[in-house]
Amino acid sequence: MALLTEEHRADIGKKSNPITALVTRRDIIKYSIATEQRQEKFLKGDEAPPLFVMGLFSALPTLDKYRPDGIPGGSGAKGPKLPLKRMMAGGTKFRQYRPIRPGDELMGISMMTDIYEKEGRSGPLIFVVREFKITTLSEEPVIDQITSLIAR
Amino acid sequence: MNILEIRVGDELPSREHVATNVSLFLYNAAIWNAHRIHYDEPYSINEEGHPGVVIDGPLQGDWLSQCAINWVSDEGQLVSFEYSNRASSCLGETLTSGGTVTEVDIENRLVSVDLFIKNEKGEITTPGSAMLSISE
Repeated sequence: MALLTEEHRADIGKKSNPITALVTRRDIIKYSIATEQRQEKFLKGDEAPPLFVMGLFSALPTLDKYRPDGIPGGSGAKGPKLPLKRMMAGGTKFRQYRPIRPGDELMGISMMTDIYEKEGRSGPLIFVVREFKITTLSEEPVIDQITSLIAR
Repeated sequence: MNILEIRVGDELPSREHVATNVSLFLYNAAIWNAHRIHYDEPYSINEEGHPGVVIDGPLQGDWLSQCAINWVSDEGQLVSFEYSNRASSCLGETLTSGGTVTEVDIENRLVSVDLFIKNEKGEITTPGSAMLSISE
């Protein structure tokens, strides 16, 4: 059964508005503690662990915008809502051009590159693939990331 | 770390990971993720059909990246990395990260590794791979 429509696919290739974020030593330390890093440079916040960017550009809606499952409504594609609601992380491909350090001011632009459905063992699945490019404000590359989210 | 001494098949140090309610809370706070499957057990089981509180896939991705970067420490840098969450893991499980060298490119000072996270049954729940540059 086809769950996705042309409306869902219409956002493929559309770039988000750029989001900027200032990297602080304190945020690096928090992430490093939570992920049980072992290297001193991370625990002291001198350098960010590679996957630190996971939350750096998260949407920050007000509380009334969160769905009952805790995910912000309206995040992701701006097109029609997905017909499946239970979201899970699928995986990530990641290229790092240089380490992130405190004081870096970074810019992130995301773009949905694909959306497709598959039949899983326990029912239909929708895969949403997003490309995320993180650069300095002068657009020097810092990280390219491709992530997949699975709705089931 | 001398790249000339690295061999295909060398094993990276393995490490056990035991997430707790506290560590998952701190992780999800750090990445600003309020998805209830990561802290609300009745919701996770009854509404989303998981066996318990789900350990974040990206946290397991981070553990995989640490397997590689802790191996090279300050003598190398992560160049590229990928992982795939194939099966969910829940609070109470002991997960083990590890890896193996798959390619050594001496000319470009690059080393490729395959990475894994295994559950207690020995099933690989999160496979991955990474390329690292090794300092002179």
